[in-house]
Amino acid sequence: MRKTKFKAIVIGVSLGGAKALQMILSALPEKFPVPIIIVQHISPHSDNYFVIHLNGLCKIKVKEAQEKEKAEAGTVYISPPNYHLLIEEDGTFSLSIEGRVNYSRPSVDVLFESAAYAYGTGLIGIILTGANNDGSKGLKKIQEEGGLSIVQDPKTAEAESMPKAAIAATETDYIVPLEKISELMIELCK
Amino acid sequence: MNKPDKENINIEIKLLLEAVFLKYGYDFRNYSQAHVKRRIMHRLSVSGCENITQMIHEVLYDQSFFNKLLLDLSINVTEMFRDPSFYQALRQKVIPNLKTYPFIKIWHAGCSTGEEAYSLAIILKEEGLYDKVQIYATDFNQLVLKKAKEGIYPINLIKEYTYNYQKSGGLNSFADYYNAKYDSVIIDTELKKNIVFADHNLVLDGVFGEMNLIICRNVLIYFNRELQDRVIKLFSDSLVHGGFLCLGSKENLRFSKYSNNFLDVEKNEKIYKKVAFVNESKSV
Repeated sequence: MRKTKFKAIVIGVSLGGAKALQMILSALPEKFPVPIIIVQHISPHSDNYFVIHLNGLCKIKVKEAQEKEKAEAGTVYISPPNYHLLIEEDGTFSLSIEGRVNYSRPSVDVLFESAAYAYGTGLIGIILTGANNDGSKGLKKIQEEGGLSIVQDPKTAEAESMPKAAIAATETDYIVPLEKISELMIELCK
Repeated sequence: MNKPDKENINIEIKLLLEAVFLKYGYDFRNYSQAHVKRRIMHRLSVSGCENITQMIHEVLYDQSFFNKLLLDLSINVTEMFRDPSFYQALRQKVIPNLKTYPFIKIWHAGCSTGEEAYSLAIILKEEGLYDKVQIYATDFNQLVLKKAKEGIYPINLIKEYTYNYQKSGGLNSFADYYNAKYDSVIIDTELKKNIVFADHNLVLDGVFGEMNLIICRNVLIYFNRELQDRVIKLFSDSLVHGGFLCLGSKENLRFSKYSNNFLDVEKNEKIYKKVAFVNESKSV
């Protein structure tokens, strides 16, 4: 295993994401050592019910990412609907209403690309279930900048095209079933 | 030559933005870095340039190249009645107060292609206020201002705009406000008569005096904190006492140096009111 100390985890998830995120995040300890930043494809008109629901369910704190807020360890940040979420090199969030990327706003590629620049070798990128190919370019970028890639085993995904596209686009470091992902995150960030 | 590392890319981006500022006067130096980098890398990938340094040369010697970069750097995505709940709150919380004035001045800063300025005009008309308002709708991009003045939009967007209009508490039929022709719609000229579309750059230009309402949504998200503060002070200085400031739903004044100049009117919709007596010493 690599010697790098990881500084952040980014996760991209689309169709089937509610269940997958619940399973992963509810298994994490309250004091998880790095920030976890998530882009989930959701309707532009949705409210923040899911974020509140997850926060109630998990030991780790879950909240919507706010612009200019600094990403802190022990917190899960979820992108607000209808905005792209980017992370600056100083670890603070930026939002953008730039057009849809891969038919999506927020787009996983947009977050992953900015995170790859911000955290370099200290970043873990994870692609979960989804019915499109958003995120595969971003995961490749993470790899190019020296970060680590994890993809949910498509066989365990509600929708397999997003993980499949990510595996095709990268030399994926870990392909793991859904129920093993939280364990791996904990192990890597120890 | 080695692959440029992160440090070099950041230096080159700084130099490019400096060149844009010195040559054309547009100042992106205090924009959110991640956003600027993303847009510049996009232009680099489609431009045929080998690196950012080569883009600097193109920017300096080819105005058409600069024009493309300018469009990349300024986000002009908008829609009519974007965030219907905001327009509903505007109707309920701001309009009743505006009705008490004999004449109303409104500044819509960062109006882009005009969709939100016309949305505002529709509300003012339905509330019986349109004949006593002057709306100044400003942007720094001439190209989008021209489109805003024309008020011509693709017809395929009308379904979504109609949905937004209805959700925002619209009183009439949305079709009353445009004429359809071929694959476009043109905004009713009546709605244009009290709107002045004008060139104004929030980063460089000064105060717009004695406004009763300033709307500036999804512009501050592209600025760093320093620049956000400059612009919020500009808004504070441009408002009458008791005037309203409306920001985008994910923007807020909480981190600003000038947050004490304002009170919450509708927290969720980011509608603020300038307090009666601003402590000027704080804003020096």
